[in-house]
Amino acid sequence: MKRREFIIKSVTAGATVGLTTLPVFNIIGASKKSTTSVKYDLVAIRGGEPDVMFNRAIQSLGGLSNFVKPNQTVVIKPNIGWDVVPERAANTNPILIKEIVKQCYGAGAKEVFVFDHTCDEWSRCYSNSGIKSAAESAGATVVPGNYEKYYQKVDIPKGINMKDAKVHELILDSDVFINVPILKHHGGAQLSLGMKNLMGVVWDRQYWHRNNLHQCIADFVTWRKPHLTVIDGYLSLKRNGPRGVSTDDVITMKTQIISADIVAADAAAAKFFGEEPEKIGHIKIAGAMKSGVINLDKLSIDRIKL
Amino acid sequence: MNLYKLRTVRIIISNIILFLTTLLFVELSGNYTVSFSDYVLFPQFIPSLLSFLHNPAFIASGFIIILVLTVLFGRIYCSFVCPLGIMMDLILFVRKKYYKFSTRKKFRFTFIKSYNLIRYSILSATFLLLFTGVSTLIVLLDPYSVFGRLITNFIRPVFIGINNLLVAFLEMLGSYSVSPHILYLPDFWVLSIPFVFLIIILFFTLKNGRLYCNTICPVGALLGLISKFQIFKISIDDINCAACGVCETQCKAGCIDSGNKSIDLTRCVACYDCLDSCPTEAISINTRQPVKVLKSNLKTKGKGRRNFLISAGLLAGTAIKTIYAQGDTIKVYKDSTIPEIRTSPISPPGSISIEHFISNCTACTLCVSVCPTGVLQPSFIEYGIEGLLMPHMSNKIGFCNFECTICGDVCPNDAILPLKNENKKITQIGKVKFIEENCVVYTQKTDCGACAEHCPTKAVKMELDAELNLRVPIITEELCVGCGACEHACPTKPFKSIYVDGNPVHQIAEKPKDEKLEIIEEGDFPF
Repeated sequence: MKRREFIIKSVTAGATVGLTTLPVFNIIGASKKSTTSVKYDLVAIRGGEPDVMFNRAIQSLGGLSNFVKPNQTVVIKPNIGWDVVPERAANTNPILIKEIVKQCYGAGAKEVFVFDHTCDEWSRCYSNSGIKSAAESAGATVVPGNYEKYYQKVDIPKGINMKDAKVHELILDSDVFINVPILKHHGGAQLSLGMKNLMGVVWDRQYWHRNNLHQCIADFVTWRKPHLTVIDGYLSLKRNGPRGVSTDDVITMKTQIISADIVAADAAAAKFFGEEPEKIGHIKIAGAMKSGVINLDKLSIDRIKL
Repeated sequence: MNLYKLRTVRIIISNIILFLTTLLFVELSGNYTVSFSDYVLFPQFIPSLLSFLHNPAFIASGFIIILVLTVLFGRIYCSFVCPLGIMMDLILFVRKKYYKFSTRKKFRFTFIKSYNLIRYSILSATFLLLFTGVSTLIVLLDPYSVFGRLITNFIRPVFIGINNLLVAFLEMLGSYSVSPHILYLPDFWVLSIPFVFLIIILFFTLKNGRLYCNTICPVGALLGLISKFQIFKISIDDINCAACGVCETQCKAGCIDSGNKSIDLTRCVACYDCLDSCPTEAISINTRQPVKVLKSNLKTKGKGRRNFLISAGLLAGTAIKTIYAQGDTIKVYKDSTIPEIRTSPISPPGSISIEHFISNCTACTLCVSVCPTGVLQPSFIEYGIEGLLMPHMSNKIGFCNFECTICGDVCPNDAILPLKNENKKITQIGKVKFIEENCVVYTQKTDCGACAEHCPTKAVKMELDAELNLRVPIITEELCVGCGACEHACPTKPFKSIYVDGNPVHQIAEKPKDEKLEIIEEGDFPF
């Protein structure tokens, strides 16, 4: 019932002080850093199946229970943008999503939601990506993201080109936000990683494209960072991204990167792709705007080979 | 066999057909009904006829069965199969009940004169035009298609509304188990034609039962002509008939003249209500000549005026649509300046060519109802007057899903032929065009790539422009299938920087070719 409270609060207060200046937004909008201190800022793992790698890597961050507390609601945002099968590496690996959902419930989560604002027709994306059935088999609630009614306007005070956006209610309502992109090439943004994946939690993506894509991607993370970003590099779409043309565009890397710092995770993923983070517009801007660390030397990284 | 059971049989069969046909149009849960659409729509007369003219196959032979049934028993189609006729029967059923409820008397029809000049003029005009390749009248008047448009435009929105109310209700309970649906309202002029038909049909039906079927409907008129020669005729037995006139009061076609004890078989819709009503069982079905054949009275008034009104309405519609189209001004960050040049509308994949499409489509709009992305929308005069109301690809509303072939699977007319998935993916319905002067990358000097992102074949691809140091769209028309994803995604306003111009004759796109990348499973950490 959090959404209803949220709407009621917004409407009542909005009538008097205006929706945009509401303190409730700051509370919701503030990045909630995880509480327990752990040894590592970032974990990079290679050589296993998606679920096995997640299982191992999350231990280095103190386990998922470090991020998901009993009775909390969790929203998982995979990339489900395209009506293609998992082998095409345009969407996040369904096995990984299933494992994360499972572990969320293992950590005591009350409910786990999964959604994306897809590019292709959403119900086909959900089923052909394998994510709907995978997530539901682990008990998650799979929610549509392609209807404007689910989106609420938020302010992005630190944004440079983007001062507000309409964001999916699950991002506003859920206690924990886990971002699970796939590591892939992107014709416009160069790479599609953690920050780029967040375009799928807003309604009007065309605004981003019109108003300097890289700047808008970086602007959005000033509003809210996910509590955890898990970059799926099991399969990687090496060219013709983000949709790809055929499986010829796909390489098998068997990699995964996990961090609470979305910018650091993106920087590490860029390296795996063979790019310098500073060369990728939105990663460079996000680093300069101090949304996260792009100099990997400054981080404590756990490198695991299975 | 007790003949009065025929009425019960008719009611059961007709309601099953009405239910299933309506279901095809209003099903919202994900196109589960598509797989049986061929069977449900098999006996629809005009779709089957048009389909058969294109490809004489068994699946298109429904109209032959209808013709045979007509020769045997009369206008079986009109009461058992025609969804528009069955819908009228439902209206009459409600009317009868309401009449009885409010006046405590039984509702009574009376014998009416037939308007033969109107009905045979419409019939001959329709089929003459059809066989000279102009399908405008058949599009407007095919009863199945008229029904389809009524359902798509007036009933489906009600279902979507109910669905969305249910969604809102479930959401309050914290459940996302039902998904909302978006209602794409067609523009005013597209809506106006089914609306006019709705009014005409309601007026005719409430005034005199199946008057529409016996005055306007060309299928009714054709089957009526054939019914003259039917073998098993309904007739009134002079000896048993008590001349009570009850049958006449029950005849919704107004074709029983109880005074003369005669039945006008060209107008009898084979509903068998009269069999049921006769207290002396004097009405029967047999091979004898009816006792008397009625001389039909002629009435011509009003036809010219109606035609004039229709054509005047169309002309006015055209003019107003043109004015409307210019009024779109939405403020954006930086407006694009060069208008798109569209030389042809885009017909759906499987329609072969605009010529084939126009000559087979009757604008029943079933494809519009089942299209999962909403890209298929009824047109107004985009195809010209002969393509009135026929669906076209509207990339403003959506784009054609690369993997989807539903429209061809459901089309009962073979206006859109079914395509195999792999053939669909190389069917080029239009070609991509690029306007550099509108493109964000050139005007704003920032990365974008929305078009290339959506392109399933990489007919548009981002390549590094050394001068700008940005990735700019490069198009390869040969690879393009015309799905319109690039156009739909392009963020520039009011004019798109990339768009699809229709192919009047569909072509085959080249298959994208790229070498297979190596598999790199082993590796170290690059940091």
